[in-house]
Amino acid sequence: MKELKVQYEKVLLQYLLNQNESNLYIGQNLVRQLMKNNVSPEDLVSIHKQSLENILPDLPETVSISFDFLIEVMIHFGLKIKEHQSLIMRQEEMRIEMEIASKIQNLLLETKIPKPSGLDIGMVSVPVRKMNGDYVHFMHDDGNFFSVAVTDVVGKGVPAALCMSMVKYGLDTLEYANNNPSYVLEVLNRIIEKSVDDSMFVSMFYGRYDLENDIFTFGSAGHEPAFFFNSAEQTFIDLDSKGLLLGVLPEMKYSQNDIHLSENDFIILITDGVTEFKKMANFNSRSYIKELAKSIRHLSAQEMCNKIFEDLNNLQDFSLEDDFTVVIIKKY
Amino acid sequence: MNVNVQFREEENILYGMIEGEIDTFTAPALREELEAITIKEKATVELDLSKVTFMDSTGLGVIIAFYKKVLRENANLKLVHLSARLTRLFEITGLSELMDIESTKKVEPANECI
Repeated sequence: MKELKVQYEKVLLQYLLNQNESNLYIGQNLVRQLMKNNVSPEDLVSIHKQSLENILPDLPETVSISFDFLIEVMIHFGLKIKEHQSLIMRQEEMRIEMEIASKIQNLLLETKIPKPSGLDIGMVSVPVRKMNGDYVHFMHDDGNFFSVAVTDVVGKGVPAALCMSMVKYGLDTLEYANNNPSYVLEVLNRIIEKSVDDSMFVSMFYGRYDLENDIFTFGSAGHEPAFFFNSAEQTFIDLDSKGLLLGVLPEMKYSQNDIHLSENDFIILITDGVTEFKKMANFNSRSYIKELAKSIRHLSAQEMCNKIFEDLNNLQDFSLEDDFTVVIIKKY
Repeated sequence: MNVNVQFREEENILYGMIEGEIDTFTAPALREELEAITIKEKATVELDLSKVTFMDSTGLGVIIAFYKKVLRENANLKLVHLSARLTRLFEITGLSELMDIESTKKVEPANECI
């Protein structure tokens, strides 16, 4: 510190003798060094005053006093700078915590795609921000059933992530894949309704696949309808099932429906990030997806998901506005 | 893009008009404004959504929270003049079964059937 003071005096003297660019440049560099040493603005003025008094012993007293005045004034600048620095530090802490939280979320909500015999399953789920508001949960126990839940939590970021873990543990608690979709939705609705605030809710499409009889039983809680492709007739059917969003009202009942799958039939489950395009109000995304899926139906389920994501992302100029999830279940 | 809401009261009916986009960015402000509204017991609240150009699930959350607030006051909420797009959103989410919803009269049934 003492050294820096001596240096400042030298540099100031140089500049007083010769006001050229290079002396100014040396001064600027020195100030950078002072800042690194956490010298506050008022300290710098004080250093300046002392240096000037050393260089010019007969400096008028009023000038010295004016520097005292400046020191007092600069204290407020100093406080502002400190405040700013601590905000930056806090921001950095929050960024790190956010990073950790999103890692935990990824770990907790990691989805492993099961491989039940006779079915080919693929999935793509891409978040817009760090934390995904979409979640896919598969269950495949040793029995003859496999289940899939596709969920979309309202809102983004941390609140959505917390709500999502609740959904995951709710689903995990149900333990077996052979539950009726209507039952699963009723239980989850009760859990979520009790635990979240008024503006929070979850939409879910839940399906159970009977591997022995190839029957897919599904129910929906306010979720975007899934598509079912009937290969023999080359037509699509919307898997629509009326049901209220989870978490809005307690004691809701949910209905369920069955469809039978034959060879080469497939089901596409999506979230609204796949069909809702803000910039394209009149675009019929559901028809578009049907045409696209039909044209690539020879590909594997995973390849189809990848292609649909690529294609729709391309349509939106590669700037997704919502979390995007598509799951395809193909019977072979 | 912004959102704003204006209320006027006429013969025990509270008319609200929401204008703009309701998405992740505008929803918190709208929610605050709707929360601040005083609703008289057993009143009727009519929200006009004809000037809502876009609504995502966060926006839906704001409407649900408002709906619950109205219910708590034993009042009625009616949503009117919904575009085809908004009507679909309320239908898919099952909310149209729950809430009193009136779509805009300009619905073209021919288009909806295709």
